[in-house]
Amino acid sequence: MNVLIPDVLKSYTGTAQVVAEAGTVGELFEWLDEHYPGIRFRVIDEQDRFRRHMRCFVNGIQTFDLGAILSPHDDVVILQALSGG
Amino acid sequence: MGALALLVATKKGAWIYHGDDARRQWQVDGPHFLGHVIHHLVLDPRDRVTLLAAAKTGHLGPTIFRSTDLGKTWSEAKRPPAFAKAPVGTIGRSVDHTFWLTPGHPSEPGVWYAGTSPHGLFRSEDGGVNWEEVSGLNDNPQYRDWMGGPQDGTPDGPKLHSVLVDPRDAGHLYIGMSSGGVHESRDAGKSWAPLVEGLEIVAGMDPGQIQFHDPHCLAICPANPDRLYQQNHCGIYRIDRPSDQWHRVGRAMPAAVGDIGFPIVVHPTDADTAWVFPMDGTDVWPRTSPGGMPAVYRTRNGGESWQRQDAGLPKSHAWWTVLRQAMTGDTCDQPGLYLGTTSGSIWSSVDEGANWSMLAEHLPSIYALEIGVLA
Repeated sequence: MNVLIPDVLKSYTGTAQVVAEAGTVGELFEWLDEHYPGIRFRVIDEQDRFRRHMRCFVNGIQTFDLGAILSPHDDVVILQALSGG
Repeated sequence: MGALALLVATKKGAWIYHGDDARRQWQVDGPHFLGHVIHHLVLDPRDRVTLLAAAKTGHLGPTIFRSTDLGKTWSEAKRPPAFAKAPVGTIGRSVDHTFWLTPGHPSEPGVWYAGTSPHGLFRSEDGGVNWEEVSGLNDNPQYRDWMGGPQDGTPDGPKLHSVLVDPRDAGHLYIGMSSGGVHESRDAGKSWAPLVEGLEIVAGMDPGQIQFHDPHCLAICPANPDRLYQQNHCGIYRIDRPSDQWHRVGRAMPAAVGDIGFPIVVHPTDADTAWVFPMDGTDVWPRTSPGGMPAVYRTRNGGESWQRQDAGLPKSHAWWTVLRQAMTGDTCDQPGLYLGTTSGSIWSSVDEGANWSMLAEHLPSIYALEIGVLA
């Protein structure tokens, strides 16, 4: 599946888009962490919760469920929510 | 002694200022991690090359960055400080940010301690690459009760800070928790005991309740590690071990200034000398310089008396706050002092606080200053 990477995580991936293989959202972040070490913990905390200002959308639908099923042709967008000052 | 580097951690990045021998000219290097929240930047005094930065951003979770070439290149910790996964059906804790970094004892190269928000203590044995919980504290049910929750502690979360290692004994540790008290371990963190006798708390509350104690900053005297000073939410204190009794030496401060503040710095070779930076703790707690007139106060007799040191500092309309990590000293023959303000200025003194001059301005809000002696 295609995964859109936000600017704040490009220091890990080097690109704005990666093609990943995973059966669930949780597996996707494991896959990302294997290929880009450290990226998962910046987005998901040690209790497997998405961090307050990070979001994940699958085919345009927001999900916080690491068990959510992914299909090979899904489009996943990782997004930074507003946080400023 | 090697060249000095002033390590500056701010709300929006880190800077390194390289000083000349006279400590008058400083060459700036930075920003590093522009836009990242850097709570602490510390050079390992044992190898004098390993630099750790406690970082997060507005969006991303916390991590530790390491450099062994003074910031030319950085690598990320493989396992940053993180709490254990909670059992299913229970609510687990997550590290919001690492607040404090302390290199371990000289006999334990590679050992570091990290204090986090919410309260947690972590240890690395490989120079900050991998971090493990100090379970004797983090998993102690009594301590978990004292640690409180998100509604306790400072405005941006409860902090575990002031991780102090006795220079005579690698296993003898002190920590401060705001709010949560001062604590001591004599077995490298396996077990802990409160050290709060004599400390005052907010009026009307029970000092027997450990979580009501709010140490702001602890310092152990290199010249006499049996002596510690403390800047607390409720005054300035000194303790001389093996006594367990803190004494409020801040009572000797001028009444119009008071003895409330965040940082405290001790002299590298004279245990009777310490410095504080008082702030306004009246009314709604502005936490600014009292009257808009910033000043350092110094004692040369263990807190029996204090002298105002403000030569060179603004005489009026300077509403600074200096946070608990944002004041430090060097170990030169005549020690220098450095303070960083939440308004982004750094002030320095090369004569133990007698005279001050501005070292830098227009930085982001300064969270921490540390001096590193380079190899």
